Amino acid sequence: MPSNNDELKNLKSGDGELSRRGFLKGAAIGISSIAVPFGTADASIWDEFFQKHFKEMSQDELQSTIARLEKDYKADYGVDIKVGTEKPIPNTLFGYGLDLSRCIGCRRCVYACVKENNQSRHDPQIQWISVLRFKKGEKWVSDLEESEIYYNPDEVPEEGYFYMPVSCQQCENSPCAKVCPTKATWKEPDGIVVVDYNWCIGCRYCMASCPYGARHFNWAKPNIPKEEINPDTHYLGNRPRIKGCVEKCTFCIQRTRKGKYPACVEICPVGARKFGNLLDKDSEIRYCIDKKRVFRLKEDLNTRPKFYYFFSL
Amino acid sequence: MISKNFFIALKSLAKGGKLYYLWLLILVSLIINGALNYAHQFDRGLIVTAMRDPVSWGFYISNFTFLVGVAAAAVLLVIPAYLYHFKPIKEIVLFGEILAISAIVMCLLFVTADMGRPLLGWHILPLIGKMNFPSSLLAWDVLVLNGYLFLNLTAVLYILHRLSQGKEYKMAFLFPVVLISIPWAISIHTVTAFLYNGLSSRPFWNASILAPRFIASALCSGPALMLLIFQLIRKVSTIQISDTAIFKIAELIAYAMAVNLFLFAAEVFKEFYSHSIHLAPMEYMYFGLHGHHNLVFWLRLAFFCNVGAFFLFLIPKTRQSYLTLNIACVMVITGVYIEKGMGLIIPGFIPSVLGEIYEYSPSLVEKFVGLGIWACGAMVFTLFVKFAIPIYSGSLLPPEVHEKLHPPKEHPGRRSDDLYEKAH
Repeated sequence: MPSNNDELKNLKSGDGELSRRGFLKGAAIGISSIAVPFGTADASIWDEFFQKHFKEMSQDELQSTIARLEKDYKADYGVDIKVGTEKPIPNTLFGYGLDLSRCIGCRRCVYACVKENNQSRHDPQIQWISVLRFKKGEKWVSDLEESEIYYNPDEVPEEGYFYMPVSCQQCENSPCAKVCPTKATWKEPDGIVVVDYNWCIGCRYCMASCPYGARHFNWAKPNIPKEEINPDTHYLGNRPRIKGCVEKCTFCIQRTRKGKYPACVEICPVGARKFGNLLDKDSEIRYCIDKKRVFRLKEDLNTRPKFYYFFSL
Repeated sequence: MISKNFFIALKSLAKGGKLYYLWLLILVSLIINGALNYAHQFDRGLIVTAMRDPVSWGFYISNFTFLVGVAAAAVLLVIPAYLYHFKPIKEIVLFGEILAISAIVMCLLFVTADMGRPLLGWHILPLIGKMNFPSSLLAWDVLVLNGYLFLNLTAVLYILHRLSQGKEYKMAFLFPVVLISIPWAISIHTVTAFLYNGLSSRPFWNASILAPRFIASALCSGPALMLLIFQLIRKVSTIQISDTAIFKIAELIAYAMAVNLFLFAAEVFKEFYSHSIHLAPMEYMYFGLHGHHNLVFWLRLAFFCNVGAFFLFLIPKTRQSYLTLNIACVMVITGVYIEKGMGLIIPGFIPSVLGEIYEYSPSLVEKFVGLGIWACGAMVFTLFVKFAIPIYSGSLLPPEVHEKLHPPKEHPGRRSDDLYEKAH
């Protein structure tokens, strides 16, 4: 798959862009001159303030935005973080399968996800996967009230319990994208629901609308030890977030758009997690859907998740 | 042309008795305290609040919701005043509209205080931002709230402008504004109700009764607040607000509360009789859930207040005695503040969508910021009313014009002058 950066380079040499680019440069200088009277503010604060929506930036603007972000990350974390903008792969609709018969509730997926996706480690602690523990025979599926999220035994799996990990279900009818007042969150053509962290105003309406508790808020500036930073990032994915914006699982967009598996799939010690292209008849996820009895969480809400639970045993 | 009386009235803002200055001083200190706390929140992030992922809206949005109701309730006064020319209420509708303006200002401040990145608020605006209209109800809310603010400001400023020149206002201009503002007032509360109502993820909000109950309860608390304020205004100024008007409004509150209690009963019946899993939030509210009962005391208090006040407003004898009337007003305001504030927002999140129970009660920062915003609203109202009173009462006009606009003995009932004489 051609990297988006190559496309950027190609576009840059094109004609006709010059006059507009000149204008933008002028505008940028104009904006930075506004900043001067404010003393402490340097130009990048204004660039950040006036940063456009991801989908509305020209290739030029996108590139300069990314350069600025990378510079800011370097200053913040002392690490060279690469912010990619890989586009969706054509004819791809990502889908996820989770084998409840196999899951042992070890939460390795949770921590692999945290690490891969640069989530805040404490104050606030953010985890995109919640593993729910149920007592066997207790009600579940449509009533999650009896679930336990903070179970903490010495060993898993525990006798008499089973586990159901829940993360973003990447709904086709995503309530979060429907309610977002600024279109800061949307569904990409490959089915991944993403957030433009710099466009999100932090109203948290999406969090109220999500039936799966998949959306998380940066109640404070994220705390990530710099030696644990994952420098391979995507603009719409795991780049370090800002205080006051909402974030969520993106099926590891920085990996899956390059043909890799999400981190949770890779780490799962029992192979309970499946991932692939729903449009590809030969994919593993299609095999699961075709051969197993699958169900999706909260079907009654008609959100049409692309996250399938199934039982191999 | 702006009349010079406008400026005289503006200057009068700085003049007042000791109580006036004390009141302003209290408000200013609350505002400064709120601002300092907000600065702390702005710097550290919303982590200084008690909100967390499972309960992602709290005290701010609760107050916002209650205040939209207060703003909407101005319509209860506007309808009889302008459409049926019910004279006694017409005289005081201006103050209702000023209250609506103050309430909307507070609404906007509460929403801003709740935002993670308030500086990027421009993203929600049409044209320059990327407003998700018509899909997002929050986008609708921005439109209707600002529109309502604009309508009320237009009406109030126009009336004051005309009166300051010694002329009656022209109904040809005011009537269309009023006509639009009536459905508009209903719409601000309906849209705010729909904001919660449309979320299928939250069964407690996802009930069709939500919007009607919003309107009914708003028509209780808003006018009750006005009744208290009107009594204050006629005590401290020469503005005449007749008993007839006050008792009429009290009667209207009784009807609104009857509807509110009926809708509440319908909701309680449906939830408790069918006894589905969606009963959980209501169980949490009135009985506690899995050993968590933060809200139980408050919601029972709200229920007691609403029912008690209903009878006080309903019975003519208690409605027309100022002691019981004021007790009833306080009860209604308390009841609806709980019921349409924290009592509506928090149970939407409990239990959370994944079954977790996170008990929320606002942090000190939230309370101080909230208090500061209420003080801002009170400040806007105080100054606006202080500005309007000399214009409205005609005291700035030459005596012969004043006489023409305010012929004596027009209103039956007790007036502020009588009260003043009695007190001395």
